Amino acid sequence: MPEMTTGQAIKEALSLCLDSNNTTFIAGEDIGVYGGAFGVTDGLLEKYGEERIKDTPISEDVIAGLAVGAAITGSKPIVEMQFSDFIVNAMDPIVNQAAKLHFMYGGAVNVPMIVRGASGAGTGAAAQHSQSLESWFCHVPGLKVVTPSNPQNAYDLLLASFVDPNPIIFMEHKLIYKLKSEVTLGPLPKDSSILGNSKVVLEGSDITIASYSNMVNTVLNAVKDDSLKDYSIEVIDLLTLSPLDTETVITSVEKTHKLLMCQEAPGSSSIGTTLISEVVSSRAFNSLKKPPKLLAGLHSPMPSAKHLETTVIPQEEDIVIKIKEMIDNE
Amino acid sequence: MNKENKLELYRMMLLIRLFEEALEEMFSRGLLHGTMHLSIGQEATATGACLALEREDLITSTHRGHGHCLAKGADPYKMFAELLGREDGYCRGRGGSMHIADLSNGNLGANGIVAGSLTISVGAALSLKIQKQDNIVLCFFGDGAVNEGSFHEALNLASLWDLPVLFVCENNQYGMSMASENAVAGGSIAQRAESYGIKSISIDGNNVEEVYNSVLEFKETIKSSGKPMFIESVTYRYRGHSKSDRNLYRTSEEIEFWKEEKDPLKRFIGKLTEEGVEIETLKEIESEVREVIRDSVKKALQSPESPKTNLEEDSYA
Ligand SMILES: Cc1ncc(C[n+]2csc(CCOP(=O)(O)OP(=O)(O)O)c2C)c(N)n1
Ligand SMILES: [Mg+2]
Repeated sequence: MPEMTTGQAIKEALSLCLDSNNTTFIAGEDIGVYGGAFGVTDGLLEKYGEERIKDTPISEDVIAGLAVGAAITGSKPIVEMQFSDFIVNAMDPIVNQAAKLHFMYGGAVNVPMIVRGASGAGTGAAAQHSQSLESWFCHVPGLKVVTPSNPQNAYDLLLASFVDPNPIIFMEHKLIYKLKSEVTLGPLPKDSSILGNSKVVLEGSDITIASYSNMVNTVLNAVKDDSLKDYSIEVIDLLTLSPLDTETVITSVEKTHKLLMCQEAPGSSSIGTTLISEVVSSRAFNSLKKPPKLLAGLHSPMPSAKHLETTVIPQEEDIVIKIKEMIDNE
Repeated sequence: MNKENKLELYRMMLLIRLFEEALEEMFSRGLLHGTMHLSIGQEATATGACLALEREDLITSTHRGHGHCLAKGADPYKMFAELLGREDGYCRGRGGSMHIADLSNGNLGANGIVAGSLTISVGAALSLKIQKQDNIVLCFFGDGAVNEGSFHEALNLASLWDLPVLFVCENNQYGMSMASENAVAGGSIAQRAESYGIKSISIDGNNVEEVYNSVLEFKETIKSSGKPMFIESVTYRYRGHSKSDRNLYRTSEEIEFWKEEKDPLKRFIGKLTEEGVEIETLKEIESEVREVIRDSVKKALQSPESPKTNLEEDSYA
């Protein structure tokens, strides 16, 4: 099994997509010679040429619209938004067009396209380059929202997204690009059934921690803390946010009786609030021994200074404290 | 332009250059979190444009905005403090390199979104008009911005409504990596403005006097006509787009050519000495500017970090 970064794993997946379908192209800003703002598409231009690796002007609206038009006419586009914050310039093609067309036209068309973008904070890029806007898209019927957390699941989820017949918002947290691990480079899957499956990544019985994107890595590091060595902690990586696999979380909570949700995004109208409300209104309600807690980013734009950035985003220490609070006060 | 004015242009270009060189040095020492976009090589446009304005005239700036900010009167100390995340910084350490605003000097702020300030400048100009203020808004943006829809919406409306905006496109010939000539259909950025009925010119953005004179003239015309105008200021950035740039999309010969042949500071020094300005005078200005930079960095490094409190409360007015 080759060892690679998430960025490289995504590139491997992109290559397989390009190899498997000759209508597939990648379009976006600085994805060619520059290799992408985060280096993900580095080398693809040399390998596939300008017809398929399409550097665009700085025009997010048409980048997304281009994907919609291509998708409804039998192609399979993958487009990149560079920093996912710029997706706000492409909201009409994504929200009013891509998400709606299949339903609105009575099923006459599919819109199989992927919009990739780098999300999240931690690099000091400040308020307009650090957002975690994933929950916006979960609110829109017709879109699927995918948030990998490491090289392997980024590879697998991107391929699943590619074979899915729907528009996919694929949010790659900036801090996962350089994470390195061994990756099984499997073939294109037959279907996209893994979309909508969350995954128990650590088994335990005292508390369930649900999370997604890079925060899963923060959680996994936090639970290694010495002061938690007597606790049995279950960690769930949600992986796909829309559709959201609440069943796995509900089953886990029935076992652990406690739920802590951790996310980088602010809490209001977020994945965390949705998940908690689903769990509380499910059969797991009677198993809960504690009110579920949401540890989320502060309700503030992302500051630029490092010490402020780490104040806004939940840190390992914050997670450790929360876990103890929830277990110790039983 | 008298000698004093000229020396002021020189001083400002030098201040911007040395400010950003100091930042580079701080970055390499690991003192700065995040990335930044340097305008080294482009100082003449920021300087010529802003020094032709009055304090009450407004500017909107870009992700590459340190020069605009300084030329519009910002205090280098407060800028360094901002980049270092200090309480005394222009944004109390919350905005950083890409978001410095200095309202007291008419700087409505840098912007991390390409073309993000174009529509805002139109609103600011409308506001000036409503409030019967005899000033203009100078909107800086890059060549990359002209391919965003908001560029076209902004120019169209400013022209339809006769709003006092001076659009200044800093054409440094590249977006992040894409050459402007590959990105702009129809070839000419200045011509795009003409198609919205906006008078435009293309100038040598590395000639500080040409920039200054053009902006001065256009500013007066805007004030008398009330109509927007457009300047394409052709220039060149020496450094990578940001700190992660490997410069694969252009040749080192090209970069060297601009540094050697077209550098705005070198050229202006040449011109000034030709006109009889003593080298000694320029040297004096240089050591004075170096001292300002040195003192500002030192003071900023010693200033207190911005507090971690009230981040949520401060998200609202
Ligand atoms: C809406 C939007 N899209 C993309 C970016 C990423 N980005 C930042 S600067 C830049 C290049 C801008 O080029 P230009 O306008 O010519 O300004 P320059 O960097 O050359 O000063 C890009 C693509 C962004 N910040 N905002
Ligand atoms: Mg440019």
